[in-house]
Amino acid sequence: MKATVLVRPKPGILDPQGEAVGSALGHLGFEVRDARVGKVIDLEVEATDAAAAKAQVEQMCERLLANPLIESYEVEIVGESAA
Amino acid sequence: MASPQPRIGVVTYPGSQDDRDALWALAALDAEAVAVWHDERELPDLDAVVVPGGFSYGDYLRCGAIARFSPATAAVLEFAAAGGLVLGICNGFQILCEAGLLPGALVRNESLRFVCRDVRLTVERDDLPFTGRCSAGQQLVLPVKHGDGRYLPPPDLDPTQVVLRYVDNPNGSVEDIAGVCNEAGNVMGLMPHPEHAVDPLLGSDDGALLLASLVDAARDRVLAAI
Repeated sequence: MKATVLVRPKPGILDPQGEAVGSALGHLGFEVRDARVGKVIDLEVEATDAAAAKAQVEQMCERLLANPLIESYEVEIVGESAA
Repeated sequence: MASPQPRIGVVTYPGSQDDRDALWALAALDAEAVAVWHDERELPDLDAVVVPGGFSYGDYLRCGAIARFSPATAAVLEFAAAGGLVLGICNGFQILCEAGLLPGALVRNESLRFVCRDVRLTVERDDLPFTGRCSAGQQLVLPVKHGDGRYLPPPDLDPTQVVLRYVDNPNGSVEDIAGVCNEAGNVMGLMPHPEHAVDPLLGSDDGALLLASLVDAARDRVLAAI
């Protein structure tokens, strides 16, 4: 199964990287009200079905991929692995 | 009888860079400094442990996030749970936060710049094994060198766990916090580098106050066990 994990700085946590990106976009003439920078982690996992894959990846998020104090995460199962 | 030399371990991870300075500083302060390799599942017989600075595992994912799962860190967690003295410096502080041994998290500096300079700090607690040679309210000068040093405390942090505060905050740390301890007071972490400030030739020897406090406390434990 292929899974994508989105990790974001939690609302209210200052994100200086997002601010820098937002202000650079402003310099390019874009009107950006807010920018936040997180990360994407693409995984391929062994699992019998999507629900099992999701449960497994959520465990990974809790234990390693995100720090719950500062980050939120979202898990998306994006399909079967290529055979 | 000569006073015993306490044995203080320094953990080396792939990417640690201040481990040798920590070993050197501890030896200069009359401890027996013992190098501990990251894949050692059991610690040798030690009276205290220092988790040093650097960029363990390339700072991948989050600073300290990967080192937190190495075998030596598991051994350090057991050592701390049994009441052992543990000091985390810079990346070591980040590792101990990731491991849940210390409260809070360390994130990107507010300025987004890597800061490398001496900072002034105020000592908040002088009753810990790490600050016995200091006095509350005393100011210390120590170097910092980090890109991810902005301390974010958990919402319920007990203010008495704050050990050091910046006088001139270099990274945007909440409430100027530069160093914290756990509730029991046997584990401490700080972003500044005491091991780089143990001789006036290095610009400051204030770091020796913190490290010699740790050596004193570790020696007391050796004496108490005799």
